[in-house]
Amino acid sequence: MNEISILDIISPIMVGPSSSHTAGAVRIGLLVRNIYNKKIKKVKIILYNSYAKTGPGHGTDKGIIAGLLGFNVDDTIIKDIFNTPEASKLEYIIDWEESFTRHPNSVDFIFDDMTISAKSVGGGEIEVDRINDFSLSINGKYNVLVLVVKDKPSTLARIADIIQKNDINIASINCDRYARGKNTSCCIALDGDIKNSAIEEIKKEINPCLIRYINKLGQ
Amino acid sequence: MDIKTFQELKQTIKQTNKSIVQIAFELEENSSNLNKNELKKIAKKTLKAMKEAIYTGLSAKSETNGKMGGFDCNKQVEFYKNHPSVFGRLFEKIICYALATSEENARMGRIVACPTAGACGIVPSILISCFEEFDIDKEKQINSLLVAGLIGKIIAYKVKPAGATAGCQAECGTASAMAAGAMAYLFDYDIDIIINAAALAIKNILGLTCDPVRGFVEVPCIKRNPFLAIHAAVALELASAKIESVIPADEVIDAMEQTGALMSADLKENSKAGLAKTKTAIIMDKSCFTKKYYSELND
Repeated sequence: MNEISILDIISPIMVGPSSSHTAGAVRIGLLVRNIYNKKIKKVKIILYNSYAKTGPGHGTDKGIIAGLLGFNVDDTIIKDIFNTPEASKLEYIIDWEESFTRHPNSVDFIFDDMTISAKSVGGGEIEVDRINDFSLSINGKYNVLVLVVKDKPSTLARIADIIQKNDINIASINCDRYARGKNTSCCIALDGDIKNSAIEEIKKEINPCLIRYINKLGQ
Repeated sequence: MDIKTFQELKQTIKQTNKSIVQIAFELEENSSNLNKNELKKIAKKTLKAMKEAIYTGLSAKSETNGKMGGFDCNKQVEFYKNHPSVFGRLFEKIICYALATSEENARMGRIVACPTAGACGIVPSILISCFEEFDIDKEKQINSLLVAGLIGKIIAYKVKPAGATAGCQAECGTASAMAAGAMAYLFDYDIDIIINAAALAIKNILGLTCDPVRGFVEVPCIKRNPFLAIHAAVALELASAKIESVIPADEVIDAMEQTGALMSADLKENSKAGLAKTKTAIIMDKSCFTKKYYSELND
């Protein structure tokens, strides 16, 4: 059972009306912004199921856009986000779909060069569960190192070794392989903040197809 | 070390001679890696946000996001101007503050989810009206929020505060228990009364479903907040007279967990039964702005 803190209970300070449909949406937007990690010019957003059905009334669409633009869950601008100059510079389409195979509160972000899926699992807690073809789990509570590497023996051990040398504890590791010997995604949640030099070292050591360091979300 | 049951909390307090506030801070310092001063700062900021939500909501008079409310707090405030409540000023404040906060939430205003957005009016209405009416000092204000949080945390270990998990008993019920216990702390009652107040509040709300009309946090949520705030006050009244819950607090939470598990999914935030499927709700759903809203956005 995960530890529950008092601060989890008496937070967040947020714009209403729903922790999962509004604050969760903003947090998803913020996390996707961290993952995409470059200026977002154009994006297609697909809201599913409950996110689609009750999204407009809960400001889910507004929350997602506000998060993508870097606004926090307690920013009162969320209500009017569609009318801001920031939003007008962003080219976005929002679509609504029903799908039995998707979580009730899920959303896809389709960029020209990347697809990210996420869901809001209740109480403002969220999870990014897919980047491109790889399933993973990023909840915004930890700094996360995401890598796509060639599926080769000892790769994980070498990465863990570098992290360990930097005195950082690994909270969890999530791996997903496309096929044997093909690309593997690896999602490493960390208790601390990893130095840039360590990331460079990993790059040199294992030559990943993709490496990205995703900061946890603020409270 | 962590505390996951009311029994453990009671034992720890009796064995260590520490206060509930000391224990709350120690637990939180442990789990959050923040020191006491940092925690106090966050609590202060949280209380400030609660007050701001109340005062913004009190003077607001505009439609909510789902267009099913937004004018009730104003009605209540105006009514009290000419017809003071027979139950006194504190009662008036609790009702108005709870309405103000939950309407503000439905307007996409800034609130504190405590423990959730749907139940955001209950703890603040009790705390802030008590602070004002009884001139509670700043230190004690902060402590009372920690006490509320500790009660919520213990409940959350068994029942996640989410309508989708266990219905509204887990959201507004938990908030009411948090408010009842925090209020007992504010009036200097001992740990037995604090826990008993929380237990009585939960016990009397077991089985409350989550059946929001059209899926929005508006009907019945907005009006439910003042109800459950007063509910907390009743729990304190009984508990302070040493009226005990025959079923101990932890077992009451067990009952809530079981009740939540047995509750049909249709009544757990899915809007597939109850109020959400009444004749009026269905008509509202069909004639609502949703379709128009979608098509406007898609243009």
